This record gives sequence, structure tokens and C-alpha cells, in this order.
Amino acid sequence: MNIVVCIKQVPDTTEVKVDPETGTLMREGVPSIVNPFDEFAIEEALSLRQTFGGRVTVISMGPPQAASALRQALGMGADEAVLLSDRSFAGADTWSTSYTLAAAIRKTGPFDIILCGKQAIDGDTGQVGPGIAVQLGIIPLTYVSKINRVELTSAPGVIEVERMLDEGREIVEGRLPVLLTVVKDINVPRLVSISDIRRALGIQIPTWTAADLPGVDSRKLGLKGSPTRVSRIESPPRRASKGEMIPVDNVDEAASALVDKLRAAKAL
Amino acid sequence: MSAVIIDREKCIGCGACVDVCPFDALSMKDDVAVVNEKCTLCRACLDVCPVDAISLPELVTQPGTPDKETYQGVWVWVEQFKGQACSISWEMMGQGRKLADERKAMLTACVLGHEVEHIAREAVAYGADRVFWADDPTLQVYRSVPYARILVSLAKHYKPEIFLLGASMRGRCLASSVAAELYTGLTADCTGLEIERDSGLLRQTRPAFGGNILATILCPEYRPQMATVRRRVFEMPVADAGRQGQVIPVPAELNEDEITTRVLDFIVEHEEVNLAEAKIIVSGGRGAGGAEGFKIIRELADVMGGAVGASRVAVDAGWISYDHQVGQTGRTVRPDLYIACGISGSIQHLAGMSTSRVIVAINKDPDAPIFKVADYGLAGDLFKIVPALTKQLKKKIGSGGE
Repeated sequence: MNIVVCIKQVPDTTEVKVDPETGTLMREGVPSIVNPFDEFAIEEALSLRQTFGGRVTVISMGPPQAASALRQALGMGADEAVLLSDRSFAGADTWSTSYTLAAAIRKTGPFDIILCGKQAIDGDTGQVGPGIAVQLGIIPLTYVSKINRVELTSAPGVIEVERMLDEGREIVEGRLPVLLTVVKDINVPRLVSISDIRRALGIQIPTWTAADLPGVDSRKLGLKGSPTRVSRIESPPRRASKGEMIPVDNVDEAASALVDKLRAAKAL
Repeated sequence: MSAVIIDREKCIGCGACVDVCPFDALSMKDDVAVVNEKCTLCRACLDVCPVDAISLPELVTQPGTPDKETYQGVWVWVEQFKGQACSISWEMMGQGRKLADERKAMLTACVLGHEVEHIAREAVAYGADRVFWADDPTLQVYRSVPYARILVSLAKHYKPEIFLLGASMRGRCLASSVAAELYTGLTADCTGLEIERDSGLLRQTRPAFGGNILATILCPEYRPQMATVRRRVFEMPVADAGRQGQVIPVPAELNEDEITTRVLDFIVEHEEVNLAEAKIIVSGGRGAGGAEGFKIIRELADVMGGAVGASRVAVDAGWISYDHQVGQTGRTVRPDLYIACGISGSIQHLAGMSTSRVIVAINKDPDAPIFKVADYGLAGDLFKIVPALTKQLKKKIGSGGE
């Protein structure tokens, strides 16, 4: 089974602090990490490989330093990694990112399953996964919380997954190849040991530029090929909280006071 | 190539741009600002530079959508589950109506499903001038490929200027597929939509970086301008059963044989309120201490007809399932009332609930960050306060309060 995992290096948004004076982001010293949802995707790829054999290829698009995210994926056990890095990719929105990643996936050869995290924690769009699927003409199955079964004996192969939707969980069956985006519930990513990293250091990570992607239309790459434009960035208005503390010396009185206040605020 | 241009002669080295850059793309070198490859041309620095030393590069002209001027009207995808329209769809119709009126154009609803004519009629009552109504057994349950096929083909033929879908699990998936196919811009999870006065473009505002910033996105050269819209941001319009509108039946594009997915089952954990649409949510965190704590939290939620939420800590500890997780790694919610019980209030949790209308915090630690966003705080033992609250509510509701 050939599995491709798309990952993104992101700033650890949990470490991002907002300057209380200016209201702007303080990104100094904020570590770069593998997007947490992508770790679930890598882990799921590795456990599929354990069952069915095959290869796990990890791809990331980003600046040269994104190679360290791929290094971590190799440490977890991926077989190979490719970095897509080119000035002409810079400033890509979700459309152009999907387009570029799809071109790279095509170049890596035939695949059965593509795995992505449900979204990246910096942009939070969740659009790149389904976008790649459309570019490649395969089905996207989003928010997958469990792979119930995979059958490779039939041709084409079949996969059955559980998807987390707003009202509950949906069980869907689809024909391979498919693209899955995964949620946290799907597994617990393995820890990377020092010997894993040492082993992974021996694996070369090739960098592909636009010139390495056959058939791409350079007008569709990067900022130039991106339909959306960021027109403004601002800090969100601070929540106007009442901040009223209700004394709790007598819990019944406190509860009664709260209920009255919530009613007055039409929250009940 | 894709970075702001800094005029080294004009730059006075004040560093204002460095402080304001959300992407860490600017720094000072030899008392002059320099830009690196992290620049996204967001323009945040342009506004703050006191000497106008920063400018945008001449962008290579985008190919854009041909004949973009011919795209007209506002479209809304009406999401349904088991033959019932989701409330986000009508919320979008309310806002869509305003946008359409401002653009002096038609508001169109797209209703896809099986035996959903009643939803097509409802769409008219909620403000649609025209409804595309695709009714077919293959469309009974949402599947991305047959749904996207219909919307793509309608959009190619009728050319809408603006196309809105709900930022639900299905809506995000469907919108991505349609935008990818049409080669147009899509902004996820919008909390603001308005028409820019001079250009007539749709200004789409959305939170990013875990809610730490608000970005305004435009799609100047491509059509339709597409966005997914967060729930409970726009007001629910009032339905007018007397409204007139055109309902146009449209065929499905694919036969069952041509669709490669089958929905086998749907599992609803309890017959409980959908968290994303809930008006009242009671959530538990570390302080709930275990499944026992969630029992009293659920009792409180039940007496108010609310849903149960949870922090990441509680879910990771196995006290409640992931379906209940609120926050950046879980669901984003916006109820009228959010009661946080034993939740400290991490940035990630706040990102998922801080836009709730009224927030109540119950926590032993009076210094917990959750109190900073709370409207009402009770610094005490949730195992005493929560049951007391349930008791009071039973009493007051029982005495004919509601």
C-alpha cells in the first residue's frame, strides 16, 4: 500500500502571546512544530503500513526550515520525505497550496491513500485536504475518527471509515484511492526516540522546486496563483466581560443570585 | 518577489513595523527595517509606518476569472440533515439577503436532498428570490462528490458573484471541493461579511492563529467569492410564509453507480443537543475530576435543555468522548450561555468558546484565566455549586418562571 501524508510546519499557537499594550502577536521565540493534526495523519499511515506493508511518503511545502518537520516524520518511521520549496510557492493560499501539493503527489507515483490533518492550527481552514482530492480527482473523506477496515483484495480496493460530523458519527465506505483528513480521536502518535532520529538522519530529503513538478502552470503558484488576498490583520476586539464575582459562602444563595442574573441577561 | 518593499532612504528605523507584523517577517538591521520570506503581504505594516517607507510590490497580474463582471447575485447552500434544514443555513439567508440588496441582486438558495421540497419552500420564506432544488435518492445523505458536482455545474452556468456555505463539518468539505473545482477563492469560518463600499467586493473577516488575530480577506479577481460562515454569528431572520419566490427543480448529475461512496450508518451518541447549534452549553474540565463530575454537569445541562461540553484535559483523561471537546482541537461554539465548570481557561479552550454571549465560570482557583473572560464568576467547589444551581433552576422553572 502506498500512502502519502501531507504535513505543515506551523508556529506553536499555544505559545503565541498577545502584547497587552499593542494587542499584536508576540512571535519571538515561538517554536515551530509539526501541525498537531498532521501527527495523527503520520501515525495512521504508519499503522496502515504495519498491517498492509508498503511505503509512507511525507510531503511538506514551506521554507527550507520546514525540512525539520519532515525530519520528525522520518523519525516517527516514514520511509521518505519530500520538501517543496521555491520562492514562487510563497504566499500561496489554500487553492494554490492544494494545486502544488497535488502536483507533487502525482510525481511521487501511484498511491492508495492520502492522509492529512483535519486542519492546520495557524490558519484553521481545513480546505487544503479536500482541495488536493479535487485536484487529483479522488474522493475526500474529512474528519475521519477511525478506519474500520481496508480491503485490498478486491480491485479497486475499499475503505470503511467513521467520520465525526456535527450531529454524530457517520460510517462511510469508499473506493480507493481516497484522501482522508483525520481528527485527534483516531490514534495516539508515537514518541520519537533518539535512535529513531539518528536512523532518520541517514535519509536524504530532496527539495523540489517548481521546475521539478512536471506540467504545473506557473501562473497558478504562490501568491500570483492565489485567488484570495489578505487585506487586513488586526487583533480581535477584547471580550467585554462583566467580570462580576458572585460570593459563594452560601451556595444556595449564590446559585439563586446567578439564576436571577442570567434571566435578567436573557441567557436562560 | 512576494514581500513588501522597504525604501531604505525613507526608513527612520522606528521599528513600528516590526512590532505590528503578525508573521515575524520584519526585523531591524543597521537601523533599517528588513523583510524576510515569511511576509504574506498582509499590509499590517503599511498602516503603521510613519514615513510611508513601505509599499507593496507590483503584483504580476492574476489571470482571474474571465468575464468576472458578468457574475451576479448571492447564493446560499441550504444544509439539511434527515430532511431538516440546519439553522446556519437560515442565518446565512438573513445576511445573504442584506448583501444581495446592497449589490441590488438576487438571493438564491441551493437545496439538495431527497424529499426536501418543504425546505425549498422554507428557503423562499427566509428570503430567497430563487431556489435551485435538486431532489434525488442519491442526494438523501450528504456525499461530497454528487453534491459538489451539482453546485459546480450550477455555478458555472448561472455565475453567482458570492456563494456562502455554513462552516459546519459538511459545509467546509463541500465548499473546499467546489472552490477547488471552480478555481476561485474561499475564506473559511467567517465571522464577518460586508460589501466594501468603493470596490463592491465582499470583505470576509475570520479569526486565525487560534483566535489571536482577525484577518480580512478579499477575492478581487476570481468569481464567485466564496466563504464558509460560522454558526450563530448572524441573526436568524424571521420567516415570512407569504413571500413569493421561484423554485426551479434541477437534476442530479450522477447515478448511484457513478458515486464511489456509500453511507452505511449514522451513530448518535445520546439523543442530545448538537453542540455546535446549542443555545446553552455546560462544560467540564480538569476540576470535574472524573466521570462522576460529568454526571452533575449533565444534570445541570439537562435541566436547562443544554448540551454538555468538555475541555481537552477531560477528554484526554477519558471522562467523556472527543465529540464533546470544545476548543481549538475540538469544536468551536457560540451559545447564548456557556457555563465552564472546573475549566482553567487555556488559550486553546478560549479560542473555541470566548465569543459565547454570556459566560459563567465556576472554579476553585480564583486566579484561573477563565475568570478574565467570564461575565459571572463563582470561585468555589463545583461539586457544591453545580448541584445547587440545578436545584435552583428546577425550583424556579417549576414555579412557572419559564
